[in-house]
Amino acid sequence: MKWIKPQYIAFLIVLLLNFALFRGFFTISIQDGRLFGSLIDVFNRGAPVAILAVGMTAVIATKGVDLSVGAVMAVAGAVAASLIQSGQPLGIVILAALGIGLLCGLWNGFLVAVLDLQPIIATLILMVAGRGIAQLMTEGRIVTFNDPGLIYIGSGALLTIPMPVVIAGVLMVVATLIMRRTALGLFIESIGVNRSASTYAGLRSKTLLIGVYAFCGLCASIAGLIAAADIRGADANNAGLWLELDAILAVVIGGTSLLGGRFSIPLSVLGALIIQGMNTGILLSGFPSEFNLIVKAFVVIVILMVQSPIVGNILTFMRPTPAPTAVPAPGEKTS
Amino acid sequence: MSPRLWPLAATLSIFLIAYAVCVWQFPNMWSTRVLGNFLTDNAFLGIVAVGMTFVILSGGIDLSVGSVIAFTGVLLAILITRYNVHPLIAFTLALALAAAFGALMGAMIHYMNVPSFIVTLAGMFLARGAASVLTRDSIPINHEFYSTVTSLSYRLPGGGRLSVIGLIMVAVFVVGTILAHRTRFGSYVFALGGNATSANLLGVPAARTTILIYALSSFLAGLSGIVFSLYTSAGYPLAAVGVELDTIAAVVIGGTLLSGGSGFIIGTFVGVMIQGLIQTYIVFDGTLSSWWTKIVIGGLLFVFIVLQRLLVYASKRRWRKTPAIQIGNMPEVA
Repeated sequence: MKWIKPQYIAFLIVLLLNFALFRGFFTISIQDGRLFGSLIDVFNRGAPVAILAVGMTAVIATKGVDLSVGAVMAVAGAVAASLIQSGQPLGIVILAALGIGLLCGLWNGFLVAVLDLQPIIATLILMVAGRGIAQLMTEGRIVTFNDPGLIYIGSGALLTIPMPVVIAGVLMVVATLIMRRTALGLFIESIGVNRSASTYAGLRSKTLLIGVYAFCGLCASIAGLIAAADIRGADANNAGLWLELDAILAVVIGGTSLLGGRFSIPLSVLGALIIQGMNTGILLSGFPSEFNLIVKAFVVIVILMVQSPIVGNILTFMRPTPAPTAVPAPGEKTS
Repeated sequence: MSPRLWPLAATLSIFLIAYAVCVWQFPNMWSTRVLGNFLTDNAFLGIVAVGMTFVILSGGIDLSVGSVIAFTGVLLAILITRYNVHPLIAFTLALALAAAFGALMGAMIHYMNVPSFIVTLAGMFLARGAASVLTRDSIPINHEFYSTVTSLSYRLPGGGRLSVIGLIMVAVFVVGTILAHRTRFGSYVFALGGNATSANLLGVPAARTTILIYALSSFLAGLSGIVFSLYTSAGYPLAAVGVELDTIAAVVIGGTLLSGGSGFIIGTFVGVMIQGLIQTYIVFDGTLSSWWTKIVIGGLLFVFIVLQRLLVYASKRRWRKTPAIQIGNMPEVA
């Protein structure tokens, strides 16, 4: 039973609630060569936040946070839209958009690792200025485009699966493999637990931190490309607005500790899907979409309650005292 | 000059130089009219920034203030327009509610031992959501009390007007300065931000202080909501989106150390005025778009944060040189 995580149950409950609200929720059909249905929609709409959550997980695992992802999405979208409009080939456009995201991430990483700023503040700079930069690129307009290649990223399908879902899935699998099949994940966790101790143990903390923030910026630019391709335009004001908060929430739901040192990329992606499932459910039930915010607030509060040391103490206190012989073996998890 | 005063001095000189440049380019900006409007237009930002200064001084952050402003505005509009409650009673209710909300967040931060940004993030969602559930439209407020208050003003020589809400902001800054630098509560706030562990060992009541800090911040956000509703004569659930970031930027530009424990309330005032100056400059220029505000503020944030790092570095070196007991502010490197 160890592999059953509370997140799986939560996702299932959210899906079943959706089903209770709308009987056709699980109906999936194939239209125009792609899967179609409410369930697919949850995955498709949840993909940008899931991609952000992959990068955010790595950042939060180092005891950091990246508030700038929404603004980086807007910048990447603006770059892609303006370049494709000026007639650049698709490959260059995508490379440029991803490159600018990487650059933003490197900047954040430089501030955090080299200048030793608190992450929340270091990334605040780009969060405030990024949207302004995006506006500068689009000259305050919504730059629209009609390039079929770029639109394919947002609304195309590969083997009937919507493209955003494919991208998010591939990113999740690759990132998880790199983190868990190499020692990279362990290094990141160790920085999150104690950065100076890791440095003394011989880890190149600065390089790793910069790399982690750069990866997060890269993920944000991928999400920005998808968001722009989805609406066939770059809206510097609204692209990725508040998504940094959704991404943080997804990571928290996924059980990654905000204090660093413990993370799971697949569970963060599941967290993003849970959030999207709740969004869909609230839309289906006919409540105003702003009702979402209240639900999210309560989800955060419940998770904080569950994670807080006080509740842990109470639970330990209420647990029947084990018989003297039942001493837990060393290394066995007691929680 | 003590290194603690560097950021404040830097902020003040940047403001004076920038203002001088503006006046040199647009001589019309040198008038009491512009200065009076500075106070009126930035009143809500200034009031909420005082509360944020206390929070940041204590080493925390409050992301919920923008939503609390919007919620207060909507609540006032509904109480006054739909239920004919007298504005003064509505103000009292709104302020009490806001303070209780802040106290609850403070209690969660202290007793559940979670980072302040995640608790206030939940608070931000909650207040914004509650405002949107109350109404989705902008509700106008047409009460004679509102028109009386907005028409009251003190005429300055040169045609400028000191409005009531501008004066409220100045009063909040005066009270905030006294509270931070001249009371026991103020020294508790600085102590908690300087080093929470030592503060605890020295007998600072951490629970009470934390709860009071966040209650104060939300109370001032509520007051700011009242001022905002007087300013706009309406309540709108999507008002004041992003104000929390402007506020944090004002506090940082004002020279308060983000790791807590060092700063001045009056610096925040200058930080707010710098933001107002940028906006006024853009209005005067006429060709620049408003998003330049964001870029300039982002740039200023960067400059000031780097300045803070240099400051911390300098004070550390001083500390190393003089290993004797030194009552200074040694911000922890996060």
